[in-house]
Amino acid sequence: MNAELVSELELPRHRTARARFITALGPLTALAGAIWAIVQPYRITLLHPHGQGFWWLFVEPPLLVIAVGLFFYFAIVPGLLEDMGEARATSR
Amino acid sequence: MRPVQPPAEHVHWLFATGVLLLGLCLLAEVFVGSEVWTRRAWRAYLWPGLAFALGVLMWPVMTFYTNSTIHMLAHGAWAELMMFAGAVELARVRGKLHSSAWSLAMAAAFLGSGVAFLVHEQNAWLFMRSAFLHHVLGWTLVAASVFPIARAVRPRSSVAATGFALTFVVLAVILYCDRDVAPVFGHISPLAGAPHR
Repeated sequence: MNAELVSELELPRHRTARARFITALGPLTALAGAIWAIVQPYRITLLHPHGQGFWWLFVEPPLLVIAVGLFFYFAIVPGLLEDMGEARATSR
Repeated sequence: MRPVQPPAEHVHWLFATGVLLLGLCLLAEVFVGSEVWTRRAWRAYLWPGLAFALGVLMWPVMTFYTNSTIHMLAHGAWAELMMFAGAVELARVRGKLHSSAWSLAMAAAFLGSGVAFLVHEQNAWLFMRSAFLHHVLGWTLVAASVFPIARAVRPRSSVAATGFALTFVVLAVILYCDRDVAPVFGHISPLAGAPHR
């Protein structure tokens, strides 16, 4: 077996694991928010909005966590993966 | 007349949202490396800008949530330190500052923020949930200041960078736990009012 070929094969796999982690970060955050919403539904004031003021309806912590996860996934991750691919291509 | 000012816990939750996003950005930077992270200018400025913005947003907190002199001083000092640390990181991204010793600005912000939390929370740990969380937040920040110090000494240390990023995620979780009044571990002072959920 050629040891050099093995090391060449392992490098992209390691980078793919990084890409997978980055891709999973947003959905995992959103999932944490969704689980929190199920465990503590009374923190979603929108489920019982009557008599609530603006701030209680606007600031819903589990929904904010989901929003952060989705923002990260849709706004930051695509460009990051693209740049990771470009960096990998230029380093070869 | 309906109050326009958000309740204190809502402010904590809004800050938690910004801090969580900051933590995710820092965590991503650790995993992809600074070289890839800074390939796009907007991304390079994202977390230092967010840190600076959180410092700016501390000024309204200082103005509108001043129920004692110690609150005003703590929030004001906190706003200045967060803005200073954010500005230093912005200058580093811009290439105006080069020495890794500038990471000590963030260490100062951590220490200052931690002390501000501890000083302006004058109730005991188990007085009510917000008191407990302020103590936890304060000591977490004081202890976590070791990470920016480590980044100053060893800029390429992945342990220091990961610890630094995870500190923000932990801070966000603690901030999200903040409620106005609730029992903690079964203890609560009768002076703290009726327990809420």
